[in-house]
Formats: sequence, structure tokens, C-alpha cells
Amino acid sequence: MSLRLHYHLNFNFVWKYFDRLSWGLLLSLELAAAGILIGIAIGLSLALLANSGGRAVRAVIAAYVEFIRNVPLLLLVYLVFYGVPSIGGFAYDAPTSFIITLAVYAGAYLVEVFRAGLDAIPKGLIDAGKAIGLTPWQRVVYVKLPTMLRIVLPSLSNAFISLFKDTALASVIAVPELQYGASWIYTNTFRIVEVYAVVTPMYLVTGYGLLFGLRLLERRFAIRRL
Amino acid sequence: MHTSGNSDAALLVKVRALSKSFGANQVLKGVDLDVRAGEVVSVIGASGSGKTTLLRCINVLETYDDGSIKVDGVEVGYRETNGDRRPRGERELARIRADIGMVFQLFNLFPHLTARENVMLGLRKVRGLRHAEARTVAEQWLVRVGLGDKLDSLPFEMSGGQQQRVGIARAVAMNPKVLLLDEITSALDPELVGEVLMVVHELAREGMTMILVTHEMTFARDVSSRVVFMDGGRVAVEGPPSEVFGAQPHERLRSFLARIELKGV
Repeated sequence: MSLRLHYHLNFNFVWKYFDRLSWGLLLSLELAAAGILIGIAIGLSLALLANSGGRAVRAVIAAYVEFIRNVPLLLLVYLVFYGVPSIGGFAYDAPTSFIITLAVYAGAYLVEVFRAGLDAIPKGLIDAGKAIGLTPWQRVVYVKLPTMLRIVLPSLSNAFISLFKDTALASVIAVPELQYGASWIYTNTFRIVEVYAVVTPMYLVTGYGLLFGLRLLERRFAIRRL
Repeated sequence: MHTSGNSDAALLVKVRALSKSFGANQVLKGVDLDVRAGEVVSVIGASGSGKTTLLRCINVLETYDDGSIKVDGVEVGYRETNGDRRPRGERELARIRADIGMVFQLFNLFPHLTARENVMLGLRKVRGLRHAEARTVAEQWLVRVGLGDKLDSLPFEMSGGQQQRVGIARAVAMNPKVLLLDEITSALDPELVGEVLMVVHELAREGMTMILVTHEMTFARDVSSRVVFMDGGRVAVEGPPSEVFGAQPHERLRSFLARIELKGV
């Protein structure tokens, strides 16, 4: 009790090393953006493949999804950074390695989101696309994707925020993102309360900002009636 | 039953011995139907009689098991090379469907596109029209169905009757050989039915070949050159409306019409 009373907050060190935090946040956003973009590409192509492909294709995709979903992301981060090179795979620098991990992880979740979205497209819309003579690929591009993306937009927002927060795990392989910046400062200054008093709002405001932007998008593109 | 004195070329749609099953349930049990250019044929019957399935087979939204459907002389669902019959691939089907228009019970407008864009999509991507041309054609048709003030409206911003008129414009803008109309007023509020039927009347007057599945008996009587009554997957009665709706010997049709009238439709 007396200890707590004698603790004096001192933010000097936090401001002194604030560069590490601001650049860290920027890198966090970059990691999230790259991971999500590649993840979307993986998720979208696999969802379309599962939607139209045979049983074998679906089984392989299901195995990928289940593997990723049932293994902690932290473990995947280590596995890709330390494990893959040690069994003779390619070695990447830490940020690239983390982006690959996050993309593979995001891909597995987004496959499921996109598949659910594709299943939710009213059959009548596909019929309408067929009836005017669109080819299968044209139906994907002009009917299925635009409808599906609007249906899944709310789940996408949640996934994006989640993935942004998951970038904190990159700190364990020394990627100098925001969480790494925070731990660097407090291990060198022992000012953990002050560091997190600054870093927590940084995550919060950024996450909330992203959510706000995505909500605007949702409102703009939501399909009110199918 | 059929007066096939005319040559095949005069027939726009020729259905022979068409049969179709969903699993163990045989929905079509040998349907014959002839539609000549400019004819308006109404298909009536109780639900489950196979009339919608028949319509959906004509543009191959459903595949058919046996029998033949020719539109303008071309077998729609199968490619036939010296006696060998193979289901057509999706790309061939797309080409065939482009010439067969369809209007749906639930409109099925593309929800992310405006009225104009709904009509333009097929013109651009299937007919290959340039943007400006497609836009002009789309606008002409939308004006003709009375929606000149709704060009930029999204489907959810329109009433059912307006959406269905966009659906009609989307189909006819493609300049189809035949137009299939699948219970196009069934999902509409009663006060909106008239505006849609008026458009169909107009098309009939201009000589558009149409096959329509409908529960609107008055409309079927007024607009059709021929009425087909389906019962249990077969064509039970067929003839000009005056005959079909006149003093009828056919037992099932009489009870069907009585049921319809009881409901006050």
C-alpha cells in the first residue's frame, strides 16, 4: 500500500522515446494492411474455389481452415519465423515473416466469411444473371462479388479490427511495431505504467478510428433489401 | 393434339415429350408445347402442376432429363452430334439464354445497381454495347415502362410494381426471341398489379412472343392467343382463351377455375 502511494508518475522517458511508438503504430498499420490485403486475396480465391470446386478441393480448403483456426496465432508466428527456415524453407526478415503469417491466418478466417456470404446470395440473383446471358465468370464479377461483399461487410469490419490488434504479436519476433516499441521503452526505463498509459489509448483510438471508417463504408454500401 | 401442319421454322418454341424429375418426384411427364412468333401463351394450373418448371427448362435454369426443347430451331439444353446428346457447357448456355428473356416472380433485380445499371449490365457485358449506347437503350426502355424518373433509383428505393417494370425492361432490352414471365404479379400488392400488366399488354400488342405463367385469369383471358392448362405434369387442356375459359368439359380445369374464383382472384 505504501509502495503505491510513493509511486510518482513520470512521462519523460515516454516522450523521449515517443518516436518508437509513433513509428511503431505506423508499422502496425502497415503490417495489418498488408496481411489483410493478402488475406483477402487468399480468402476470396479459396471461397470461390470451394463454392465451385469438387469434394477434394473443398476438403483441402477445410483442412487449411481448421488447422489455422485451432492453432494459436502466437505459435504460427514462431513457426513461420523460426520453424520454416530451420527445416530448409525460405528465411524472411521478421516483418515479412509476420505479414505472411498474418495473411495465412486472415485468409483462413476470411474464407469462412466469404463462403457464408456467397451462400447468402439469393438464388434468384444468380438466375437473373444467367437469364440475361452472363457467363459464369461474369456472374462472379458483376453479380456474386458485389452482392457478397455487401453482405459480409459487417463481419469484415470485425475481422479487420481483430487483425489490427493481432499485429501486437509481431513483437515476439522483434518487429518494431507499437507493442515492441512499448516493451523496449519499459525494459529500458522500467516505466511500464506510463508507457501503457500512452500506448493503450494509441491502440484504442486507432482501432476505433478504423471501426468508424468501416461503419461509414457499411452504411454507404449496405444492402437494405435483397 | 398438336396441329403441327406448319413447318418447324414457323415455330419459335417447340417442346416435345419433355420430362423432368427432382429426385424421385417427376414434375414434368411428357409436355408438348408449340409457340409461334408473335403468340402469347398463358400457362395456368395449380401449384405443383409443373408450370414454373416448364418455364425454367426453356432457358435451362433447370436441366431436363428427356424430351426436347427447341428455341428458334436450336436444342437449348443439349448439344446433339450424330445421335449423341451431351449437356451444353455454361458458355454455350450463356449464349442461348441471352436470346431468351425472363422476368421473375420476385423481380431479382441486382440490389447494388440502379434501375438503369440493371438494364445496362446485359447490354454491356453480353451484347457488347458501348457504355453510351447501352445507356441510351436502357433509358429508352425504362421510359417506355414508365420509369423515366427512376433511372438512378436503387431497387430498395422502388415499389414492387416499379421493380418488376425494371425487371421487364432488363429482359426486353436484350431484344429476346421469346420472353418468359414467371408469375410476375404474384408478389405484388393488388394495387400494383395493374401497372405491370399494362406493360405486358403493350408488349403483346407489339408482337413480342411471350410465355407466361400466371394466376391472373382475367389477364390470361385478355392477353393470350392461347391458354395451356397443366395438371400433374402434363398439358391437360390447350386452346384459345374463349374455349378454355368457356363452357368446359374438363373436370380438373373446372374445379381449378372454381377454386381460383372462390379466392376472389
